[in-house]
Amino acid sequence: MVTKVQFGLFSVGDVTMDPTTGRTPTEHERIKAMVTIALKAEEVGLDVFATGEHHNPPFVPSSPTTLLGYIAARTERLVLSTATTLITTNDPVKIAEDFAMLQHLAGGRVDVMMGRGNTGPVYPWFGQDIRQGIPLAIENYALLHRLWREDVVDWEGRFRTPLQGFTSTPRPLEGVPPFVWHGSIRSPEIAEQAAYYGDGFFANNIFWPKEHYQRLIHLYRQRYAHYGHGTPEQAIVGLGGQVFMRKNSQDAVREFRPYFDVAPVYGHGPSLEEFMAETPLTVGSPQQVIDRTLQFREHFGDYQRQLFLMDHAGLPLKTVLEQLDILGEQVVPVLRAEFAKGRPAEVPDAPTHASLLAAKTAADATATTTATTTETTTETTTETVQA
Amino acid sequence: MKLVVVTAGLTQPSSTRLLADRLTEAVTRRLADPEAPAGPVERAVVAPRVIELRELAVDVANAFVTGFPNSRLRAAIDAVTEADGIIAVTPIFSGSYSGLFKSFFDVLDNTALAGKPVLIAATGGTARHSLALEHAVRPLFAYLRAVVVPTAVYAAAEDWGGGRDAFTDGLGERIERAAEELTDLLLHRAPSARAEQEQVVVPFEEQLAALRPPA
Repeated sequence: MVTKVQFGLFSVGDVTMDPTTGRTPTEHERIKAMVTIALKAEEVGLDVFATGEHHNPPFVPSSPTTLLGYIAARTERLVLSTATTLITTNDPVKIAEDFAMLQHLAGGRVDVMMGRGNTGPVYPWFGQDIRQGIPLAIENYALLHRLWREDVVDWEGRFRTPLQGFTSTPRPLEGVPPFVWHGSIRSPEIAEQAAYYGDGFFANNIFWPKEHYQRLIHLYRQRYAHYGHGTPEQAIVGLGGQVFMRKNSQDAVREFRPYFDVAPVYGHGPSLEEFMAETPLTVGSPQQVIDRTLQFREHFGDYQRQLFLMDHAGLPLKTVLEQLDILGEQVVPVLRAEFAKGRPAEVPDAPTHASLLAAKTAADATATTTATTTETTTETTTETVQA
Repeated sequence: MKLVVVTAGLTQPSSTRLLADRLTEAVTRRLADPEAPAGPVERAVVAPRVIELRELAVDVANAFVTGFPNSRLRAAIDAVTEADGIIAVTPIFSGSYSGLFKSFFDVLDNTALAGKPVLIAATGGTARHSLALEHAVRPLFAYLRAVVVPTAVYAAAEDWGGGRDAFTDGLGERIERAAEELTDLLLHRAPSARAEQEQVVVPFEEQLAALRPPA
């Protein structure tokens, strides 16, 4: 029943003290909580769970495919993804292998979002140079793209040891590589990269005013059309968002404020009210969240995936699960209905393994027909000559 | 022509703002002078825009904490980025520019001032701090690749009550000299490239080609 726009969660996986109780969960508790949250996401009817990748405290998800593989075994419909996979410092060969493996185990319920990460020391820890961030993202992905599409790869580049006659195993499920999103907060080069390949572009849509993301998404849509993948409106766009809800908006504000005020990313800075005015953060009633999220479509055009950041800043698991109940019962059903209204037929649904497989089968059939036609034509020509 | 004045005085009124206003008046008067030699540049100054950093102090601090400027600070950043010339005035604290003054320039893109004519000036309680302009403020703008005029104007408390002496020009003469230098630069330079409305992007094939190992 995954249709049109996909709704889901993306988690940073931070271990943060609950400022209202002074209690910090253990890493073990946090990892188990991420699993519980993912299972809850499927239970309340969400479509996607995406995990971050970090290699330093206070974050736990250093091994995304291990986490996602475990979740895959305990879910039926949920699409498992990342936000983001570090295309800069991971070996693209290992990414190709890990995610193809996950794809087989999860029955195709896998896609992946490429990103560069925002922790400077990760580059030297993995033997790379942060000044090469963009070139690493470009070269590593170019290799990954080939490893999933060519059975035998000869390759030589700047950043990795060359490959001769290399086959990445397992091959992607049914010959269909996982769909790829490229996430970027500020780099037009990454929007250009996503457009070039006809991949998806994801704007985290959390920290900056909307005008900032509008520029990037506009660029991506224009370049997507430039490279012949479709019209600008057919480009595959994903957005982040950040919400906290209670039945009454005053209750939501009162409950969330202590978490907001000391949150690791933006705490000790602007007031909650200022931050809500300047960024897409919405703290209020379910209706306010619905209204704000519907505006995203006006700002960015019809899009394919909406992910919410729900489990961060020390919010206790119980509260997060309550938030997911509200999201699944009161918000997402309305958003699905509203997003479907007036959505042009030519705007594609969010890509899934099934839709990509269908497209591949259709393309293969066309190719076979064309080949047959060409052969026939050749024969005819020969006959004509003979005649 | 767009002239933007950045002033970091903390009191109201402040002697820093007073110095900024005198410099601005001297520059706009020269630009408007019909006798001045004609350069290649449109000389009519749209009303100079004055940015009082005091009013943006909290926004600047929030930009550090959140990683992005709010809309009010964004407007100030855009004005500076699109300016043809800048007059920047700071009080001298602890031997250097004030923290607020430096913080504002820290949230600018590091190419925002490249090639831009800048007149630097400072205020302080005593003339003993005057070389902070040469040893702290000028290197800051050199780092940002701005074109700083040769005369930096320092106004000590005593300057507001005294004139020139046998050895140095008074504040009035220094203001006029610096204003003339900035005006010359403004009139004889191509107007600054306006902030790009459309993002320029290197086509992907070129990005990829740049990474191919040498044959």
